Amino acid sequence: MLEPTQRLDEGALRALVPRVLAALVRRGEEFAAAEDALQEALLEALRVWPKHPPRDPGAWLATVATRRLVDARRSDAARRGREDRLLERREPEPAGIEPGDDTLFLLFCCCHPDLSPASQVALTLRAVGGLTTAEIADAFYVPEATMAQRISRAKRALRERRLDRPGDLAVVLRVLYLVYTAGHVGRVDLAGEAIRLARQLVLATEEPEARGLLALMLLNHARLPARFDPDGRIVTLDRQDRSLWDTREIAEGVRVLRSALALKRRGRYQIEAAIATLHDDAASPEETDWPQILAWYDDLVAFSNDPVRQDPAAVLGRAVAVGHVLGPKAGLRETDRMRAVLGERHRWHAVRGYLHELGGDLPAAAAAYAAAARRATNVAERDHLVRQAARARAPELRSVAPPRSSP
Amino acid sequence: MPKYLLLKHYRGGPEPYRPVPPMDDWAPEDVEAHMAFQRHVGELLRENGEYVDAQALTPARTWVRYGGPDAAPVTTDGPLPETSDLAAGWYMIDVESEERALELAAYVSSEPCPGGKPLYEWIDVREVMSGAPAHD
Repeated sequence: MLEPTQRLDEGALRALVPRVLAALVRRGEEFAAAEDALQEALLEALRVWPKHPPRDPGAWLATVATRRLVDARRSDAARRGREDRLLERREPEPAGIEPGDDTLFLLFCCCHPDLSPASQVALTLRAVGGLTTAEIADAFYVPEATMAQRISRAKRALRERRLDRPGDLAVVLRVLYLVYTAGHVGRVDLAGEAIRLARQLVLATEEPEARGLLALMLLNHARLPARFDPDGRIVTLDRQDRSLWDTREIAEGVRVLRSALALKRRGRYQIEAAIATLHDDAASPEETDWPQILAWYDDLVAFSNDPVRQDPAAVLGRAVAVGHVLGPKAGLRETDRMRAVLGERHRWHAVRGYLHELGGDLPAAAAAYAAAARRATNVAERDHLVRQAARARAPELRSVAPPRSSP
Repeated sequence: MPKYLLLKHYRGGPEPYRPVPPMDDWAPEDVEAHMAFQRHVGELLRENGEYVDAQALTPARTWVRYGGPDAAPVTTDGPLPETSDLAAGWYMIDVESEERALELAAYVSSEPCPGGKPLYEWIDVREVMSGAPAHD
């Protein structure tokens, strides 16, 4: 715990949120009311702690939140004011909080299968991540009032549910991955937040897929510094400056993945992490081990009954790997088989553009990139695809070597 | 201060000042110059304290209406999907006057196209109604 003289940094304060909240809910408090009370206690802490730092911040928060809950029940405004003034001088009695598997317990609450994915994400970021409503609203570009309403509706929905049974870990993993993938657009570092939450989750469960997800996030996140140039333009894997990759994150990702694979229960996240490892391992695009990548994609696709519909990202990634191992024509034949289902998706056209370019057919590549650009739903991707099309049409490129890695 | 929407279109509007091929047919350096100008406009509006919002729209469009009780919504892609107006995106600005809005719209329209020449794109300028009653 912190020394009274030490300033409590934001990270440490946020780490306390799930522990204190779980302690309150376990004690029998209603989730929604406990979450409100804890938010009030956090505001109070920001006001009081700079002058009167607590000996045990977690216990302080639990006690103040408890008082808020009591107050809320009494709704006695005069008394509340008096207690506020008392708090500034006297530290509350410590209340017992246990770290244990609180994170897992709370994640199960927030990722309740009856909630919509948007609500699961918002509630997780607030109750487990400790972000404020304003920060979450900012991250998803919606007005704060909209996000506040989404969170309170989610809490209201939880009010009628039993929270004492184990939840669905697959839903938790999906929610964390949603947070991670949303993390590259907003002002709040959601990718970093997802990794932080996944780290906590891995401490709380032995499930190999939780480790697989953490490994996948780390291995992808490691390439983030190279993925955009200073003007915000997308840089594809084959053109990235690999010296910018975060080798510590890669090493950690590989370590986490090994520990997952050792448990001998493979799942989608572990396989995707294995593919990411093979990309991260290559010192240059030419050294990419495409046959191994293809083998992992074969495993990944085998997880779905109808992979083209259920897992388009996997079948398209596999088509690229086929293009590298068996040749661009074979890769294009793979994409032909998905045309009826994926032919209107921008990624299908982007992959075909890449495979055409790999085979040296630049006019076909340009047409496919342009078709992908018209269907893109993200400005950075759209701009990237327009550039790819223009580049493939530029006469001076016709003598230049084709790309060597995935699009 | 009044707010204005500076609307850009994929198609529709007055007769183009001169024909310009689609952007994926441009030389790569012309594409870069065009995109750099658009970033610059966003930064300029922010620095001036005139920026409210900027968004791009995908070209996919669906018209939809109420289908009646117990019926699914009715959808169509329009009577003339190839020729009807199609908005591409907007800047929303908060400025001193309509004159300033027109000035900024003209600047947006000067974005470079192939050969570094201005695009002369028509910009649709629309005033946003304010939510509160005026004080005067």
